[in-house]
Amino acid sequence: MSFILNEEEQMLRDSAKAFLAQSAPVSALRKLRDESDPVGFSKQLWASMAEMGWTGILVEEDHGGVDMGYAAAGLLLQEMGRTLTASPFLATSVLAASALKLAGTDAQKAAWLPKIAAGETVIAFAVDERARHNPDHVETRATKDGNGFRLNGKKRFVSCGMGADAVIVAARTEDDRINLFLVDTGAKGVERTPRRTVDSHVPADFAFDDVKLDGDALLAGAEDSETAYRHVLDAGRACLAAESLGVAEEAFDRTIDYIKEREQFGQPIGSFQGLQHRAAHLYSEMELARTLVLKALRVLDETPSQAPLWCAAAKAKATAVSRLAGSEGIQMYGGVGMTDEYDIGLYYKRAQAAGEFLGDDSWAAGQVAKLAGY
Amino acid sequence: MSLEEFRAETRAWLEANCPKSMRSPIKSEADICWGGRNWEFKSEDQRLWLERMAEKGWTVPTWPKEYGGAGLSKEEAFVLKEEMRRINARSPLDSFGIWMLGPALLKFGTHEQKLEHLPPIARGEIRWCQGYSEPGAGSDLASLRTKGVLAGDHYVVNGQKVWTSYADKSDWIFALVRTEPEAPKHEGISFLLIDMDQPGVTTKPIKLISGKSPFCETFFDDARALVKNRLGKAGEGWTIAKYLLSHERASIVSEAGFGGLNPVTAAQTAGEVDEKGRIADPILRGKVAELTIDGLAFEATMRRVKEEADHGEGVGARASALKYLGTEINKRRHELNMSALGSDGLLWEGDREEDGEVARNWLRARANSIEGGTSEIQLNIVAKRVLELPGG
Ligand SMILES: Cc1cc2nc3c(=O)[nH]c(=O)nc-3n(C[C@H](O)[C@H](O)[C@H](O)COP(=O)(O)OP(=O)(O)OC[C@H]3O[C@@H](n4cnc5c(N)ncnc54)[C@H](O)[C@@H]3O)c2cc1C
Repeated sequence: MSFILNEEEQMLRDSAKAFLAQSAPVSALRKLRDESDPVGFSKQLWASMAEMGWTGILVEEDHGGVDMGYAAAGLLLQEMGRTLTASPFLATSVLAASALKLAGTDAQKAAWLPKIAAGETVIAFAVDERARHNPDHVETRATKDGNGFRLNGKKRFVSCGMGADAVIVAARTEDDRINLFLVDTGAKGVERTPRRTVDSHVPADFAFDDVKLDGDALLAGAEDSETAYRHVLDAGRACLAAESLGVAEEAFDRTIDYIKEREQFGQPIGSFQGLQHRAAHLYSEMELARTLVLKALRVLDETPSQAPLWCAAAKAKATAVSRLAGSEGIQMYGGVGMTDEYDIGLYYKRAQAAGEFLGDDSWAAGQVAKLAGY
Repeated sequence: MSLEEFRAETRAWLEANCPKSMRSPIKSEADICWGGRNWEFKSEDQRLWLERMAEKGWTVPTWPKEYGGAGLSKEEAFVLKEEMRRINARSPLDSFGIWMLGPALLKFGTHEQKLEHLPPIARGEIRWCQGYSEPGAGSDLASLRTKGVLAGDHYVVNGQKVWTSYADKSDWIFALVRTEPEAPKHEGISFLLIDMDQPGVTTKPIKLISGKSPFCETFFDDARALVKNRLGKAGEGWTIAKYLLSHERASIVSEAGFGGLNPVTAAQTAGEVDEKGRIADPILRGKVAELTIDGLAFEATMRRVKEEADHGEGVGARASALKYLGTEINKRRHELNMSALGSDGLLWEGDREEDGEVARNWLRARANSIEGGTSEIQLNIVAKRVLELPGG
């Protein structure tokens, strides 16, 4: 396992940086927000991501993807974190693609993975039913109905849910196990409500009222769908941690630039030890987060059996560090940090939202304790 | 020889030569072999183990053979370390000579100086201590006042050092001494190697809050240091001192490794677990989980930074961030050990040899973020040299 990026990964990162600076700077998020965009992301940007090959980053070449693995997916998300890019990348290209790869039948893979790779579809992934993340708390039910199922239940704050063509839903079957179902968002009995969140995203609340599903809505390829479900969540955590890290890095860089420039008492405020120590502490903490994020992504690619521990650790650390980078950023910017005009506040808000999704630092630390057996 | 062959040979040799009693983790400072003229081996096995390893050059595996090492490559040394760890082999010898002076001698010493001083370090015959700090010069080390006046082939040294770890048990001291009083503060310091076995050098122990006293004040009263035992040029001591400090920081950090008692074991020992074996106090459990995460992150970060350094990215001032993180995390670990043990952790004296050790280690760990440069000084370095914040 190497902590050094290979040439391919470096190229990917560099091209992502250049592309996002051009096509999805922070001003793009502001525009989506100020225009109250109904889905909260740009379909045109999604199409451009497909052209770059990003949408199929985890999809095998047979199905039209580039199959570069989680480390590569994480690098992209890290750069998207830096520019606060809103897109269905995590939901569709990471969560949905992973779910299909792990739990889909050959026919399901052949039907959906090429569409994901081509950027022709947006698929959301619906887990939570309560305010705090809890993958065990699944009350949504899929009951047998002839060859198919009837789906009943509710999901909340589903990322990219408003712009999704389909949604993968975690639901309990009659044996009480959790299974994954692919549901058309236009199907009868599916109702969705937009939730506008503090980070200017637009997740959806879903209600499923006796939705009739075909038999092949069940992702039934893997022997154990519940195991796949857990693995998808781990992968999502590591990738989301990468995004949080990007949020932290950019907030931090901007803050350092600012305190080098801003003068008070006749000198740059960055010369004051009170700020220097806080900045150096934050830098040190970010070093830890950087390591854990890369480690978790590499573990997913190379030794997936160790993923639960490392993904939880990465999620915990990246969540805490990105919140710290945001809040310290605002503090060091002083008054202007509180204004909407300056971007630092947007970073703080995204840090909180990304941190909450798929389990925050307390939740993830609890996982670590459980996995370590204490 | 390929790395695999080297591994096989190493494994066989260790199997044949490492005494059984040297194959258990070091439990406390009492298990460490420091060597030196007055060293008393704790056991015959300890003596044998040192002798055999020193003979192979494996007390300092990467040093050149002519200076007492084995001339191993970094990869080979790593294999040796792994193979030793595999059988829990104890380090045969630890000393400031190995960790700090050795690397500085290798970089700045003349061939004669290396030949004279390195092999005795490798064999554990001469024990060194570090004479940097003075009562008036701690964090502001360069303001030190101990002076050395040139008199023919030697310097006459007068002044006082403080905090000299193990000075009372050491044979030689590497000291920073002001030899050019007219020069600017950082340019008037020389790096002298001084034999402590002479009338002008005396030491006095300082008792710590941990009850132990390996620390001393060291007094120089017309002591003599031969000019040939000056490392580098006159007035060049600060450069050497800084290089050596980077090694000191690295070794403090690796010592802060997370072996030994951990809070989970502590809670189990104290019976503070629920029926599922989980730490009973949920808040303590949360704190321990956070520590676990930081511990994992820290160890992996050490490996990452090493790997990056091998790729030529350089460690430089980032070592200060590691020193800061490692020592702060280690302090937290000891605090949580104490919390998890409850009143059991408070035991100071008892019937068994190890009684009081947990509390002593906890107190000793407080110094991690002071010795080798305080946490505040590390943060200053990160701010100025890594983040390039303006001076002030
Ligand atoms: C257990 C132990 C072992 C040691 N072993 C050795 C040894 O073997 N040889 C040796 O030479 N020395 C040794 N030392 C000394 C050690 O290097 C010094 O204690 C250390 O450098 C701090 O100096 P000081 O104690 O004089 O504290 P001071 O420099 O007086 O610092 C006091 C406080 O002020 C803070 N401070 C000082 N300057 C600044 C600044 N510029 N910005 C912000 N905060 C600042 C410090 O961080 C600290 O919190 C040892 C110390 C200990 C505790």
